[in-house]
Amino acid sequence: MHSHDHTPITAPDGVPGYYEVMETAIRELLMERGLIRPGEIRRQLEVLDSRTPQLGAKVVARAWVDPEFRARLLQNGRTACEELGITFYDDTQLIVLENTDKVHNLIVCTLCSCYPRPVLGLPPDWYKQKPYRARAVREPRVVLAEFGTVIPDDVEIRVSDSTAIVRYLVLPLRPQGTENWTEEELASLVTRDAMIGVITVEPRERVLQ
Amino acid sequence: MTSAIAENKGPIVVMADGEAPRFQVGEGVTISVRFPIGHYRVPHYIRGKRAVVEAVIGPRALNNEEEGFGRNAGQKRHYYRVAIPLTDLWPGYAGSAADGLRIEVFENWLERKE
Repeated sequence: MHSHDHTPITAPDGVPGYYEVMETAIRELLMERGLIRPGEIRRQLEVLDSRTPQLGAKVVARAWVDPEFRARLLQNGRTACEELGITFYDDTQLIVLENTDKVHNLIVCTLCSCYPRPVLGLPPDWYKQKPYRARAVREPRVVLAEFGTVIPDDVEIRVSDSTAIVRYLVLPLRPQGTENWTEEELASLVTRDAMIGVITVEPRERVLQ
Repeated sequence: MTSAIAENKGPIVVMADGEAPRFQVGEGVTISVRFPIGHYRVPHYIRGKRAVVEAVIGPRALNNEEEGFGRNAGQKRHYYRVAIPLTDLWPGYAGSAADGLRIEVFENWLERKE
């Protein structure tokens, strides 16, 4: 799926752009040929809108507190997410990449914008743009440093390029000092960027609820 | 095609063409250098590079080069998650020699290492 705005109900001012015309033409052709029904694209947008990084954060927090779930998640990311009610509406598989003291994972799609949408929703704009896509595989340490993430030389950087049918989710390291945190508190620490691998999860002062 | 069952006394299971993975975990492979017309998913920067198979991805999938032209029958093969050191991809790579790439490549783009 793409992420740009769709033709609004009211006509926009001016002449529609090239891609707008192409999108409308393809959509109308698909409907004319009976390949999709009216409302199907709108429905899929609802599906995508319901997917946010909070789902991924829930998966990560569960993996931090439940070693058996963690093992299943690393074995098969898709089926473990499905255990938490996170459905996969397409044929993609999910590989969960575990950060350790020795390995830091980073994800990218050099060809387009493949992203673990079922668990994180739509990707950020920079993830889809060429500078990140080209540089993440070529100079990942420089890119990470620009995000404020400095990985020691003795930690291996592992860049996963999702160009095919597999999507990735980074399982960040659990921050120290969070041993007594609840699963919900832990989930609140986990952000989208940490699950892409451009940052690590930092501890912050615990807010007692 | 041999299988675990074939080693025992039970009936021999004959697998369909392309059903068993052609490459095994740990095997050295080379990414093909070719330039077909149409849709496919092998970025230029890995072509001709040597890689090691890290995982066989199941279930088998359609050949996306065929699928791009609407040919959706047959042609199911495995994807392989392969590892390539970044120092092999980029001359003068400045990071650690341990840094690496992982990428999934369709079976017909992998060649056995000579």
